[in-house]
Amino acid sequence: MKADVAAGKRPAPGPPREYRFPRFERRRLDNGLTLLVAPVAKLPLATALMVVDGGATADAEGLEGAATLTAQLLLEGSMATPLGAELTEKFERLGAAVDAHASWDAAIVRMTAMTDRLEPAMALFAEVLTTPAFPPREIERLRAERLAELLQLRAEPRGLADEMFERFTYDAASRYARPDGGTEATVRSITREDIAGFYERRYRPGGATLIVAGDVSVDHVERLARSMFGDWTGGAPAVALTTDAPARPSRAVHVVAKEGAPQSEIRIGHPGVPRMHPDYFPIVVMNAVLGGLFSSRINLNLREAHGYTYGAFSEFDWRRQAGPFVVSTAVKSDVTAAAAGEILLEIDRMRAEEIGEEELSLATSYLDGVFPIRFETTASIASALASFIVYGLPDDYFDTYRAKIRAVTRGDVLEAARAHLHPDALQMIIVGDPESTMAPLEAMGFGPVAVHAADV
Amino acid sequence: MGMQFRDMRIPIETFRLPNGLFVTLSEDHTAPIVAVNLWYHVGSANERAGRTGFAHLFEHMLFQGSENVGANEHFELIQRAGGTLNGSTWLDRTNYFETVPSNQLAVALWLEADRMARLLPAMTQQKLDTQRDVVKNERRWSVDNQPYGTWWEKLPALAYPTEHPFHHSLIGSMEDLSAASLDDVAGFFRTYYVPDNAALSIAGDFDPDEARSLVERHFGPIPRGGPRPPLPPMDVPATFGTTLRQVVADEVMLPRIFLAFRSPVFGSREYYAASVCSAVLGMRKGSRLHRALVREQQAAAEVHAFTFDLPKGSDLLVIDATARPDVSGEALERAVFEEVDRLVAGGVTPEEMDRAVALIQTEFVSAMQSAGDRADKLSMFATYLGDPRLVNEQLDRYREVSASRVNAFARERLTAANRAVLLYVPREGEAGELALAGSAATSE
Repeated sequence: MKADVAAGKRPAPGPPREYRFPRFERRRLDNGLTLLVAPVAKLPLATALMVVDGGATADAEGLEGAATLTAQLLLEGSMATPLGAELTEKFERLGAAVDAHASWDAAIVRMTAMTDRLEPAMALFAEVLTTPAFPPREIERLRAERLAELLQLRAEPRGLADEMFERFTYDAASRYARPDGGTEATVRSITREDIAGFYERRYRPGGATLIVAGDVSVDHVERLARSMFGDWTGGAPAVALTTDAPARPSRAVHVVAKEGAPQSEIRIGHPGVPRMHPDYFPIVVMNAVLGGLFSSRINLNLREAHGYTYGAFSEFDWRRQAGPFVVSTAVKSDVTAAAAGEILLEIDRMRAEEIGEEELSLATSYLDGVFPIRFETTASIASALASFIVYGLPDDYFDTYRAKIRAVTRGDVLEAARAHLHPDALQMIIVGDPESTMAPLEAMGFGPVAVHAADV
Repeated sequence: MGMQFRDMRIPIETFRLPNGLFVTLSEDHTAPIVAVNLWYHVGSANERAGRTGFAHLFEHMLFQGSENVGANEHFELIQRAGGTLNGSTWLDRTNYFETVPSNQLAVALWLEADRMARLLPAMTQQKLDTQRDVVKNERRWSVDNQPYGTWWEKLPALAYPTEHPFHHSLIGSMEDLSAASLDDVAGFFRTYYVPDNAALSIAGDFDPDEARSLVERHFGPIPRGGPRPPLPPMDVPATFGTTLRQVVADEVMLPRIFLAFRSPVFGSREYYAASVCSAVLGMRKGSRLHRALVREQQAAAEVHAFTFDLPKGSDLLVIDATARPDVSGEALERAVFEEVDRLVAGGVTPEEMDRAVALIQTEFVSAMQSAGDRADKLSMFATYLGDPRLVNEQLDRYREVSASRVNAFARERLTAANRAVLLYVPREGEAGELALAGSAATSE
């Protein structure tokens, strides 16, 4: 091997320097609001992030999209500043970059500002969270913008493939089977009362956490929080759950027609596992080897060995319940079936035998080493703490993460692959040209092949 | 440890190796992380006729190994070290970067040096053929199979004259990609991938003496390059002299306009006025265009403005707006023009100036948190302006922009005599389904 010849020339790493995730302190206000403060003194900057149990999973049936609209509408008018334009201007003249969105498991409002303007910015942040106005005009505008987004999705193969994958993967009763932002029908039917009701039920200090990371002190943040959020009331809502059952027990191919497409967007997967599953660490390492890294089996096979694609990767989308395991890639239309075949082959190989020692050490040393690089910014520290809250991770989670990654063995990886990859249950979604892809897909014998319209 | 940059100035030390390599060091010991960033002053502008896309294809080849590094081993070694990495190609530069745990600095520097010194022994026809296929798929993914994806090549083609180095496609045509040969790889490497055409930056947790000696050991022996062919003339008049307009009927659902203005080059005094003007027009939701087009008139579903940040010839300030479903391309174009005209005629308000500069400051300081972003900015200022210390003057340059400078910029550059319109409209039969369903629902 050339590598051996050259080994002498390669510099060896020095001794690693110790790293600890930023220390954070937890406090609680009388109204039940939890505070999590991570003082990080590097630049005069801070990120404030409110986590509320108001994710898309909490949407009522028929009103999918209410969680997303509610989160977005917080920034479109408050009791004291009823005009959205004026509210936006107040934030931005302070240089505060603020955004609000609903993920599956939480609604999150996040703001980054210079510390010399943090106090007035935090006052606005509290105003939008505790006294939203939900102006009818802004509701209509955001509704129309969501409808425009859905229309765009029909012609946008990547987003379309993501949405269609979840639809064909989850039971029709699952919230995950419908777009987190809602469908045309549900978005049209949401009323102002639905939004105000969603807010009343879900946005409550008893179930909310205010996270502040940056150039701040815990006492100062607590003082601000007491004066700004002290009047907010309401106990924690019940945790929102949905079913994470699969749409069908056996493998099937779903071609979403995009006539004449030069490329096929491929999504192959099935419901995965909930975030708090005891196999989390072996699964993370297993996925890194399968398709999580550039040097993963799937990417090296599809991209570097075959030149089928610009990139191919796999992921477990971690949610409170079983989010999907999915392999994603885009390949030239004429190799669609062959590329899908290679993906299945790699999934099978993962389950057939133990990975090599080199593969294991690549995955674990990457995940271990990259850990500090993930937390360079106040925004990324605050977001990591948000996951910690949403999933109820143990207090020592950040301090034990790297050791737990390093402890994963080849045997653990094989067990995780056998327990959590289900080749016979894979749903294979192809957004592409039916004429050139159908016959080869059928010939591969993956399972029944059906063609669908792009009617997200 | 503790506060490193409370005054928002980062420490900067520079030196140049005898072979011409320009090196910038910037220490920060808050976390055991170090970023290595290497800019080569070569991009698609340097491609010869018939080889569009080559600079980018070449960037892919740099991950295919060098004399002491196997194919794809660069990725593997950095990831095994616990680092992140990538590269990117732009019109006039190509960059390569790694962020690694600080005890792995030597590995990252050695890898960059090995491919700068000894790339060609590792190049094979098979590797080139595979990367050609990968890049063709990248083209399909980002341009051909993506709504509006062709704007990346259509807008520069419209905004720069045919013979100008920024005119042609960065990702390249399928035909030109097919034509690229190993000889092209060797020629491009020998001409442009030389120490005197590169800027290396190291930011984060390192010992400056050790970093300097590592740089000298690994990069020092690499010979200086020969003369590089001069680029064709880059200078163009300050304005188009007219409104250029191209309408593209495409497989899209909604009209979308890209409106470009010739704008002062990156780093020039008036660049900062242009940049503030761009923020007034289209940075975040309080911007003038968002407020008028998205919030009030509801003609657009989204709108942004940005600059390309090109340091030579002419920069471009671009407004990008997507129509709402019931708005035609022409109506969208009119609405954008009206707002731009209003700015030219009436100027900016002090409140708009405050908002724009405050947001620019937060964005700039936020980016400076990351070692990789700091290193990239240092390489950028070293390559484009010859002095990475200018990074520390950026906030002052923005703060000193006055409303009258922004207004002067607008009067000179945003008029009908300096507009290039690239307007996408749905091809016959593509649009309107949802809009029709909407009108049916409301007419019940």
